[in-house]
Amino acid sequence: MNALVTRIRPPMLAAGRGLFLSVYGLAVSIVLFVLAVVSISLILLGIGVFTTPVVLAAVRRHANQRRLWAEAWCDVRIAAPYRPFPKDLRGGVTGQVERTTLLLKDPATWRDLQWLLVDMTAGTVLAVLAAALMLYPVESVVLAAGLWRVFQDGDPYWYGFVPVDSQLTGLAALALGAALFTLGLRAAEPVLRAHFLLARTLLAPTPEQTLAQRVDRLTETRHEAVDTAASELRRIERDLHDGAQARLVAMGMNLGTIEALIEKDPAQAKKMLAMARESSAEALTELRDLVRGIHPPVLAERGLGDAVKALALRLPVTTEVAVDLPGRAEASVESAAYFAVSELLTNAVKHSGGDCVWVDLHHTEGMLRISVTDNGGGGARIGSGSGLSGVERRLGTFDGVLAVSSPAGGPTMVTMELPCVLS
Amino acid sequence: MRVVLAEDLFLLRDGLVRMLEAYGFEIAAAVETGPELTKALAELEPDVAVVDVRLPPSHTDEGLQCALAARRARPGLPVLVLSQHVEQLYARELLADGNGAIGYLLKDRVFDADQFIDAVRRVAAGGTAMDPQVISQLLSRRSQDKPMGGLTPREREVMELMAQGRSNAAIAGQLVVTERAIAKHTSNIFGKLGLPPSDDDNRRVLAVLAYLDHG
Repeated sequence: MNALVTRIRPPMLAAGRGLFLSVYGLAVSIVLFVLAVVSISLILLGIGVFTTPVVLAAVRRHANQRRLWAEAWCDVRIAAPYRPFPKDLRGGVTGQVERTTLLLKDPATWRDLQWLLVDMTAGTVLAVLAAALMLYPVESVVLAAGLWRVFQDGDPYWYGFVPVDSQLTGLAALALGAALFTLGLRAAEPVLRAHFLLARTLLAPTPEQTLAQRVDRLTETRHEAVDTAASELRRIERDLHDGAQARLVAMGMNLGTIEALIEKDPAQAKKMLAMARESSAEALTELRDLVRGIHPPVLAERGLGDAVKALALRLPVTTEVAVDLPGRAEASVESAAYFAVSELLTNAVKHSGGDCVWVDLHHTEGMLRISVTDNGGGGARIGSGSGLSGVERRLGTFDGVLAVSSPAGGPTMVTMELPCVLS
Repeated sequence: MRVVLAEDLFLLRDGLVRMLEAYGFEIAAAVETGPELTKALAELEPDVAVVDVRLPPSHTDEGLQCALAARRARPGLPVLVLSQHVEQLYARELLADGNGAIGYLLKDRVFDADQFIDAVRRVAAGGTAMDPQVISQLLSRRSQDKPMGGLTPREREVMELMAQGRSNAAIAGQLVVTERAIAKHTSNIFGKLGLPPSDDDNRRVLAVLAYLDHG
C-alpha cells in the first residue's frame, strides 16, 4: 500500500501543479503581455515612460517565479539573464526615462515578452496535458458507473474515441480511461518537465548573454585582483622600508661606531655590539612575519591542510580541523583558500563571541569546499565594508563563491567553494 | 661528540661547522640535501644530528621528514631541528614518539653560540631544547584556561624556561636566584597542574607539553 502511494504521489503532484500552472500561467501571462504591449506603445505619448518599468518589473517577477518553480518542482535550472541597473541611476523623470531605455535595450526584456506568448499557448497546453491525462479518466469511471444513461440522448456520447450508449460500451470507456490514467501516471512528470524546458529555451540566457555576463564578471574580478595585488605590494614595500631595512641601516651605523670605539672604549663597543645583535634579531622577526603574510612557510612546505592546522594551533579558541584532501591544489588557489580561512578564523575569534570553531576542508566534484563554523552569537552578514565581502571578492578572482548562514543567536557557518583540480 | 649537519645554505653550513668544531665537536658529515642526510644518518650513526627543516631537492619540509624517518629507524636518535620559522605542528610531530632527545630551534638562536651549543649538548644527552617561541605560543594560547591562569608571574617564567628543557640549575642561573628557590617553584607548578614532580628534565618537558597539548 505504502509502495503504491509513493509510486502514485509524484505523478499526482505533477498533475496538480500542471493544472495550477495552466490556470495561473494563462491568466497572468495574458494580462502581463497585454499590459506590456500597451505600455510600450504608450511610450511615444509619454505615459509609457512611467508605466513600462512597473509592468516590466512585474513581468520579471512572473518569469522569476517560473524559474523558481522550475528548479523546485522539476530540477530544471534556469539562469536569469537580466542586466543590473547602474548604481548611479538618477531619480525623477530623467531616471524613469533612463530606466525605460535600459529596459528596452536589454535583449532579455524582448525574450521575456516572447516567452509570455509561448507560455500562454504551448506552455499552457503542456501544463494542461500533464493534468488532463489524470483527470479525464475520472469521467470514464462516472460513465461506467451508470451515468451513461443520463448523457445518452439519441446520439451516442463520445468518450475519447468510444461511443458510449450501453453498459458494455461504458465499460469499454472505463478500459480506455484506465489506459489513459496509466499513461498519465508515466507522462505527468515528463510533460510538466517539458513545460519548464520550453520555458527555459526563452528564459535562460542565450550563449551571447552568458558570454557577456562572464566578460563583465571577469572584468570586475580582474580589476579587484589587480587592486588587491597592488595594495599588497605597497604594504610589503612599506613593511620592508620601515621595518627590516631600517633596522639593518641602524645595525650598519652601530657597526661603524663600534669600529671606531673598539680600541678606545672596549666596554662601550661591547654594549653596542649587543645592540647590533638585538637589531638583527628584530629584523629577522619582522622578516619572518612578513614572509608569513605573503606566503606562510607551512603552506609552501605541507600544503593547505597542514597550514590550516598550524593556523588553528595559534588561535586562542579551541579549533577543530578536519581535512580530506587527496592532493594539493595549485599554489595560487591554495594561497587564496588559506588567507580566506585565516580571515574567517580571525573574524570568528574577534566577533563571534563563541569558544569553539570547526573547520572542514574537502574536495568533491572538482570543487574545494571549506566550511568554517563557530558556536558564537551569529548575526554575521556580507555587506559593504565587512571582512566577509573582502573574502568574497578575493575568492571571486578564482571563480569561487562564499555563502554565509548566520541567524541571530548563532551559530555562524561560512561555506566557500573554489573550483580546482588536485594533483 | 660526532655530529651530522644538514643545511643547504653554504654560508650557514660553513659557519655552523666552524662553530661546532670550535666547541670541540667532530663533524662526521656536513650535507646539503635530504637523500644525503638520510644516507649519512644511516651509515655514520652520529651522536647528534643538526638538521635544517627545508632542504633540496624538494625544498619543502624534507629535512624534518628525513629526521623523523631516521628516528623511526633508530628510536632516540638525538636530532636538533633548525628552522627559519617555528610551528607547533612540527614541534608536536617531533615530540610525538615520546623518546626525548629532540630539539627544535629558530635559526636565529645560533647567534648566541653558548646557548646554541648548550642546546646541542642537551639534545645529545637525551634532553629537549624547544624554542622559546613555541613555548610562548603554547602558553599564550592556554593563558585563559584555568590551570595556567593559576600560576604567578614568577612561576610562569620558571615554567617557560622549564618547558624549553632547562635544568633547575640553569633556570636558577638565568633568573639569578638559588636553585632551591627554583625547586620550590617547580614543585608548586607541578602541584597546580596536578602533575607528579620528577627530577628527569626530559620527562618533565614532555609532561608539560603533553599537558598543554591536551589540556
